[in-house]
Amino acid sequence: MPSPAGVGGGIAASTVRVAPTLLKRGRPRFADRIFGTSVSVMGGIVLVVIVGMVVFLVLEGLPAMQHYGFFSFITASRWTPSTAFPNVSHPNPYGILQFIYGTMLTSIIGMIIAVPLAVGAALVITEVAPQRVKGPLSGLVDLLAAVPSVVYGFWGIFALIPAIKPVVDFLTTTLGTVPVIGVAFQGPFFGVSYFSAGLVLAIMVLPIIAAVCREVFRSTPRNEKEAALALGATRWEMIRIAVLPRARSGIVGASLLGLGRALGETIAVTMVIGNAVLHINGSIFSQGATMSSVIANEFTEATEPFHLSALFVVGFWLLIVALVVNIVARLVVHRGVAL
Amino acid sequence: MASEVSILGRLQESDPGRERPKRPSIVQVESPALSTRNVNARYGSFLALRNVSMSAPLGEITAIIGPSGCGKSTLLRSLNRINDLIPSFTLEGEVMVGDQNVYDSGVDVASLRRRVGMLFQRPAPFPMSIYDNVVYSLRLDGRQSKAVLDETVERCLQQTALWDEVKDRLKAAATGLSGGQQQRLCLARTLAAGSDIILMDEPCAALDPISTLRIEELMRELCGTVTIIIVTHNLQQAARVSDYTAFMLMGEGRAGELVELGRTDEMFADPVDKRTEDYITGRFG
Repeated sequence: MPSPAGVGGGIAASTVRVAPTLLKRGRPRFADRIFGTSVSVMGGIVLVVIVGMVVFLVLEGLPAMQHYGFFSFITASRWTPSTAFPNVSHPNPYGILQFIYGTMLTSIIGMIIAVPLAVGAALVITEVAPQRVKGPLSGLVDLLAAVPSVVYGFWGIFALIPAIKPVVDFLTTTLGTVPVIGVAFQGPFFGVSYFSAGLVLAIMVLPIIAAVCREVFRSTPRNEKEAALALGATRWEMIRIAVLPRARSGIVGASLLGLGRALGETIAVTMVIGNAVLHINGSIFSQGATMSSVIANEFTEATEPFHLSALFVVGFWLLIVALVVNIVARLVVHRGVAL
Repeated sequence: MASEVSILGRLQESDPGRERPKRPSIVQVESPALSTRNVNARYGSFLALRNVSMSAPLGEITAIIGPSGCGKSTLLRSLNRINDLIPSFTLEGEVMVGDQNVYDSGVDVASLRRRVGMLFQRPAPFPMSIYDNVVYSLRLDGRQSKAVLDETVERCLQQTALWDEVKDRLKAAATGLSGGQQQRLCLARTLAAGSDIILMDEPCAALDPISTLRIEELMRELCGTVTIIIVTHNLQQAARVSDYTAFMLMGEGRAGELVELGRTDEMFADPVDKRTEDYITGRFG
């Protein structure tokens, strides 16, 4: 079809071109280069510090590891520095299995208590509480996270332990007499214990888990909440159908984040766990020690042969445990895996 | 205008011998399924609806049209109190379902919403199977006889013309359905809940033209058994599916007002209010 003159309609007649110079890469601007360089330097420093820390930990732990063997630490569960001699390398007096056990046990107790409470608190803040209460409640949770851990430890000794004594006494006389599982609940209870440490940990990690869960719940599409309500669901039914299923991986991620903190928490735990380093104690009401508590407790007076070096080995294994937990957390959060 | 009336086709039944200005701009129907009286709605101090009195006739389809921001959705969402979710929302006036004001203090909001169902712009199936989606509201009651559930699923999916497409995969995840199918599933879910009034907030806005047509066909099939109130941006859709049309407009202070309400055929052919005429002939909006 012939097009009238002056109307450039046909494809062949198109004369639109991209100006070639526009596509050339120009010199980066001065401010750009300054910014790029300074950011790289700062990022690099962080990386160097982290790597340096690990290297330092390994180097300091090396003498003990060379003397006693790499795996002998995590296969033994007696920590008796006074029996360490420079020329004797067997048996390893610096067994740390009881510390790994203590770290795990206190963290697990903490998580069992904290996760349901934190999820509940987050739900109250996002869905249940009246509008004017939500803000202050939310701030209160954040405030809990800002309390220094030494304060938690103090509070644990002077307020929490006396308060839970009757509860523990009740548990030791009831659950403690049950065959098999009774072992975990036997007395005597001296106040400081794995259980007390777990409780303090629970209260410490609660705000972290609650804060993350709060954000996860907040991100529920309004669309889906309304869809549930429009079908005649009550608020609780709406939470169950629209909020929780979508938040599952977020809750898992938040919990692992809290677990990460629980594993590494030192001062508060050291204050309430009793620092019994000798061996694994079966009952959650007995005294014990964690990896971080033994380091905090002994590094100032580590005078026995390889003592200080062995503490660095404890630090190294603590790092490994924390790393593994973090990697699992990342995998779970990224893949949205429901545990 | 005459040619537009003939396009409207099935809307031709109205009385041809009527005289021009005798119609009121807002028609009040007798024994409506749902009506509002002097409703003022606010978000905080912002007045979103001013003195809206409308009624939706029983078993018919009422479309609410109007430019963006005129309060169509606010009005619709006030009707089943889903706007209660918005903390600053307040409402004066009455919303009557039958002879019950739904804003009375003693009203059970959950059962109100069960009766006055709602379909949203974006279909929101629950993350569970097709079957479980349909019977969700039944299970809320604890009514769980399998025979009843099976029967409800089949009936509601038949009603929404979804049965033949999904009957072999009722246990499959509802989120795997296409957008149009999801929307029909949501409609089936609402029917299963026993709603006899269904509010639709631009139910086809996220759908392709074919799926839109399916939904519109379904609406025509359902009217008679249920009362439908639909908010739509699409004037053609309002003209195609609705029996009555309500036209809303932002008035003073950007508050939404009801300008005209009448039979769709009459309103599109011969609007009473000048502003309605301007809007439906495309002079603004």
